[in-house]
Amino acid sequence: MKIAVCVKQIPDPAAPAKMDANYNLARDTKLIMDESDSYGVEMALQLVDKAGAGEVVLFSMAPGEEVSGLRNALAMGAHRAVLISDPRLAGSDALSTAKVLAKAIGRESFDLVLAATESSDGYTGTTPVQIAELLDLPSVTFAKGIEVKGESLIVARQTEAGFDEIEVPTPALVTVTAGVVEPRYPNFKGIMAAKSKPVEKLSIDDLAFSPDSVGASGARETITSIRPAESRGAGTVVVDEGDGFAKIIEYLESLKVI
Amino acid sequence: MQTKIPESLLTIRSQERQMLYQMVARFTKEYIVPNIEGWEDQGEVPRSLHKKAAELGILSVGFPQNVGGIGNIIDSMIVSEAIIQSGGSSGICAALLTLGIAIPHIIASNDQYLIEKYAKPTMSGDLIGSLAITEPNAGSDVAAITTSATRDGDRFLINGAKTYITSGYRADFVVVALKTSPTLGHKGISLVVVEKGTEGFTVTRKLEKLGWHCSDTAELSFSNVIVTSKNLIGEEGSGFSAIMANFATERLSMASQALASAKRCIDLTMTWVQNRKVFGTELSKMQLTRQKLAEMQRQYTVARTFLYDTAIRYVNGEKVIMEVAMAKNTAVYAMEAIINQALQLHGGMGYMRENEIERHYRDGRIMGIGGGTNEIMNEIIAKQLQI
Ligand SMILES: Cc1cc2nc3c(=O)[nH]c(=O)nc-3n(C[C@H](O)[C@H](O)[C@H](O)COP(=O)(O)OP(=O)(O)OC[C@H]3O[C@@H](n4cnc5c(N)ncnc54)[C@H](O)[C@@H]3O)c2cc1C
Repeated sequence: MKIAVCVKQIPDPAAPAKMDANYNLARDTKLIMDESDSYGVEMALQLVDKAGAGEVVLFSMAPGEEVSGLRNALAMGAHRAVLISDPRLAGSDALSTAKVLAKAIGRESFDLVLAATESSDGYTGTTPVQIAELLDLPSVTFAKGIEVKGESLIVARQTEAGFDEIEVPTPALVTVTAGVVEPRYPNFKGIMAAKSKPVEKLSIDDLAFSPDSVGASGARETITSIRPAESRGAGTVVVDEGDGFAKIIEYLESLKVI
Repeated sequence: MQTKIPESLLTIRSQERQMLYQMVARFTKEYIVPNIEGWEDQGEVPRSLHKKAAELGILSVGFPQNVGGIGNIIDSMIVSEAIIQSGGSSGICAALLTLGIAIPHIIASNDQYLIEKYAKPTMSGDLIGSLAITEPNAGSDVAAITTSATRDGDRFLINGAKTYITSGYRADFVVVALKTSPTLGHKGISLVVVEKGTEGFTVTRKLEKLGWHCSDTAELSFSNVIVTSKNLIGEEGSGFSAIMANFATERLSMASQALASAKRCIDLTMTWVQNRKVFGTELSKMQLTRQKLAEMQRQYTVARTFLYDTAIRYVNGEKVIMEVAMAKNTAVYAMEAIINQALQLHGGMGYMRENEIERHYRDGRIMGIGGGTNEIMNEIIAKQLQI
């Protein structure tokens, strides 16, 4: 089973985020693997393990030849990676990103393309389905589990009420919800082995894009303004004067949870 | 792997090492932090912890590749730092990483029988090993040990006692330093493996201590214990030099554990002083607090820089006996001053069992005693000075 996994490398969410003049997130800091993508990597590794043979190939578009996030996924066990890095890609919107990833993925044939439902920096949640459309693949979103059944996949798709079971023919694109599998620890041997796993670097010329079709000049989305999210209120302090128990019950009752 | 590239200030910060640190930090937060208090109460860590660490390759770190090991002493130092700085402790390192002192002599002897039987199963977390040198009447003066092994054909008859043996209560096997030639002083010392359950070999006491509560420490007794001569590590009489050869890595490890404990206390104190209010303002705003923290950070940074410089030179093959002794003492003194000050800045809370600083304060005291005392380190330095 051959699986492509889209892996975004994002500025460390623990560090304060910086914006440039066009309201784009500054990506000149050290980038790490988006945690949301670790679930897709884990699911891909599990599927290949179960199939007994296969390959997990990572695809990432990132500035400045950044590979540290990819190394993490390679250390987990992915076989190789493809990095599309080109200064002319700066300012890409979701569709440009999808075009670039789709073209890179489309150079080979895969049984399955996995992505996270959304990235933890951009949160558009639109790139994966755009990739599917561009590659002419059926897509299933919000997967919490995938099983192989002959030439098809049975995908458990999360819904508000529970989950749907969807059968989809391969090749297909599936987006994986965060938290549905436990991403494995890369062990130290895996970490050392990752150092020598191949990372192919591509420019937009390698993918035969004209510079005005991607990056800022190809973007159809513009961010016109941003504002900080509302900060959370301070909350109420309840002093326990021996009646803390009753006060908690009273509060929970007021919320109608008990 | 890294044998070809010399270690340097760049290699110690390589991406792989950052990932190693992150992996061990995650392991610590998931498996150690939620349980450490319970293990401190029970006086030991469970075998399942060894098994989990082995699965992640943590127990293979620092051993040669030909026995399935990976990395070198610098990687081992990073492992201890990640454990301690993520909420573990030097006691956890002592208990979980006892193999760092228990199996190196077996590996260095290149004895395939002993490697397969003891070293590899310890690296896979299936066995626990200990190293027993210290005796009730001989510690710093290793040559003065009296536990004896008399050869009888292809067997040894062992008699004597050992004390303060880390993981000795749980150990499946103990590498015992003993005299095969009692008249020869240090040249009469050999290392022999004694297995748990061998007749006449008993754990006489699980010792209670100031710190390192999660690390079991034992007193062992050998009374007419018969062991096959296949369990002799290396040549007869090679024990002393084998012990000395491994002291460098043990001391570098202890120094890194000391500094990691100091760093953890600095981190905890930074958070504390920014939240603690005194006389209407944050404790961190007091000029004296700023002075103290600056001093703590200086002591830590300078000691760590020298420690890594020494470790790099050691791995690159330089003779750094004196520098290792200096690095250990410098680390220990820095740690003692830093943890003491961190506790002081916490006020009464620093003295409370519920506060992590309290544990580091107790755990830290062993650092200037184990692996060679501060005074013995100075003896080594003085000897190199040829005074
Ligand atoms: C928690 C713990 C775990 C331990 N784990 C192990 C283990 O796993 N295996 C093991 O074999 N041992 C272990 N030890 C023992 C440890 O290595 C010894 O305690 C240490 O080497 C000191 O020996 P000693 O206790 O006999 O003290 P002594 O050697 O009696 O020293 C007493 C004092 O005299 C000083 N002194 C000694 N010689 C000189 C000198 N020449 N000049 C000036 N001063 C001197 C010492 O520095 C010290 O201050 C452990 C000890 C502890 C506390």
